[in-house]
Amino acid sequence: MTPILDVKNLYKNYGSVEVLKDINVSIDPGDFLVLVGPSGCGKSTLLNCIAGLEPITGGAISIDGRDMTDVSPKDRDIAMVFQSYALYPTMSVAKNITFGMKVRGVDAQTQKTKLADVAQQLQIEPLLNRRPGQLSGGQRQRVAMGRALVRDPKLFLFDEPLSNLDAKLRVEMRTEIKRLHHDLGASMVYVTHDQIEAMTLASKIVVMKGGVIQQMGTPSQIYNRPENLFVADFMGSPAMNLIPAKAVKNGKGMRIEIERPEGGPLILNDAANPDLPENVILGLRPEDIAEAGFRAGKQVQTAHCLVEIVEPAGADTYVMSDLGGKKVTARFHAETKAEPGATLEFAFDLGKVSYFAPNTGQRLN
Amino acid sequence: MSDFTVATQAIGSRRQGNVKRIALRWLLYVLLCLFALYYLLPLFVMITTSLKSLEEIRTGSLVALPREITFDAWSTAWSSACTGIQCEGLRPFFWNSILIAVPAVVISTVLGALNGYVIAQWRFRGANMIFSLMLFGSFIPFQVVILPMARVLGMMGLAGTIPGLIFVHVVYGIGFTTLFFRNYYVTIPHELVKAAKVDGAGFFRIFWSIFLPLSLPIIVVTVIWQFTQIWNDFLFGISFSQAGTQPVTVALNNIVNSTTGVKAYNVDMAAAIIAALPTLLVYVVAGKYFIRGLTAGSVKG
Repeated sequence: MTPILDVKNLYKNYGSVEVLKDINVSIDPGDFLVLVGPSGCGKSTLLNCIAGLEPITGGAISIDGRDMTDVSPKDRDIAMVFQSYALYPTMSVAKNITFGMKVRGVDAQTQKTKLADVAQQLQIEPLLNRRPGQLSGGQRQRVAMGRALVRDPKLFLFDEPLSNLDAKLRVEMRTEIKRLHHDLGASMVYVTHDQIEAMTLASKIVVMKGGVIQQMGTPSQIYNRPENLFVADFMGSPAMNLIPAKAVKNGKGMRIEIERPEGGPLILNDAANPDLPENVILGLRPEDIAEAGFRAGKQVQTAHCLVEIVEPAGADTYVMSDLGGKKVTARFHAETKAEPGATLEFAFDLGKVSYFAPNTGQRLN
Repeated sequence: MSDFTVATQAIGSRRQGNVKRIALRWLLYVLLCLFALYYLLPLFVMITTSLKSLEEIRTGSLVALPREITFDAWSTAWSSACTGIQCEGLRPFFWNSILIAVPAVVISTVLGALNGYVIAQWRFRGANMIFSLMLFGSFIPFQVVILPMARVLGMMGLAGTIPGLIFVHVVYGIGFTTLFFRNYYVTIPHELVKAAKVDGAGFFRIFWSIFLPLSLPIIVVTVIWQFTQIWNDFLFGISFSQAGTQPVTVALNNIVNSTTGVKAYNVDMAAAIIAALPTLLVYVVAGKYFIRGLTAGSVKG
């Protein structure tokens, strides 16, 4: 199958500043690719390069098998939704949606039919005669999506489309985008700094930092098997616990020792990962540390820890303890009896553990 | 009992405070009225004098209302006052000014809009440099450019012609008009251009369909500014014109300075008002937009 989007060895410099370094991304038709990373990581620049709005310094971009490296945006068969919506302020909603078709010389009848289709699909029929200024944020977002949908492009590009919306609306629109993707079977590239958006929407995630791809994979790969400390820390909320530990050979497996303020080191035995160096950083997500008795599994091990802080969050209660010099967050059930200052038995699920090398930050297991 | 006295005292002092405040307020209004009168007095004198006969001006007081209103001075100023040896009034020169101001305003506004659009939205290497130079250009004193400009106009074969004056005003105005439009367009999000590019629109299409419809307030500001500048210009007008192509400001000067014998103050006043009328009119018609355009912030889209 020809990839719908294929970015090869892409470099982008602004003067002498390298913004993107050797980017290689490829997605299949129907994929939902999310580019995620902290601000300034180059994700929006990459999207602009794909759209043809920014010239690239090196490498190649092809869309649906056609080389698009030097093709202007209008001929790339793409549609784009922007963070500020970028609706044309003096045109009505209907004109906004049909502007592209008008420019391309599509006949009036087709314009009308397509407009009606899209308006119905997004439920914006009552808004068609209004100006963007008279719409709420969510409505503007819908119109911006309508402008993209009406184009029926090979590739949809979204540049942080939800970050100007309030929290509730953002969740609604997220679902809407997911539904659209499902209904249309369209290929999409989506930029966000919100890792939850990335997890919920993507069929494939690219995590970026400093213009370099850190990891590319399915949401589950990114979440469960982060390639390095940056990805481990960036994806997931609350963040993954990254605990400095010592690994000592112990028969066939390893004994993991974690420093704690009192009562000697906390000992865990990991039989599944026998080849660890002496110093490691142990990564466990909060949900993989539970109250003893509430987590079953072959590799669940328990240990007593001193509870420092208890944060009820409704559905769960987050319990914090000091391990290896770090505040370690455990996700307990809501009705836990945990109290600050008490010592409780914690259950660590080593089946979900990640190990990282402290010096390189790379994954070890 | 003592409570009661305290209460009356309190009311008394409050009343005193009220009196003081009202007095201050009155003082303020009286002062403001005085200032307004001070500024209106010249206009008043001009209008009343222009409506008086010469006889009445000579005998009456300067600030008195006309005993008998006559428009003779106005018609003289308009069509038969002498500017040097020619005695056709302001009319032909007024027409010259329109022929100079209207095309110069239109051309400099259009060019300024295009320049501003390019500098604000199509960033290119050296855009800031070019903008700074244009800005610098708008603050060069008139006197400095007179000689070189005369030479250039001569070489272009436009010396002493109306197109020559239009050219001078356009060149001199571009700096300002570019500044206005650039500062206005810079507040418009860049994503608008990107969206239009993805939609397939080109340079002029984006300007015409998206930027121009947004620009009414700044167009009004630019037109008022340019029209006032060009209409009121005297130095370029007197330097680069000849007998048939002088603008109204030069003619006004000639009328006032070339009277022989009795000085016809009423005609001078009428001529001055006529010469100033178009700029006044522009302010009255479009002044509302002028304020709005100057304070117009970002465009929410």
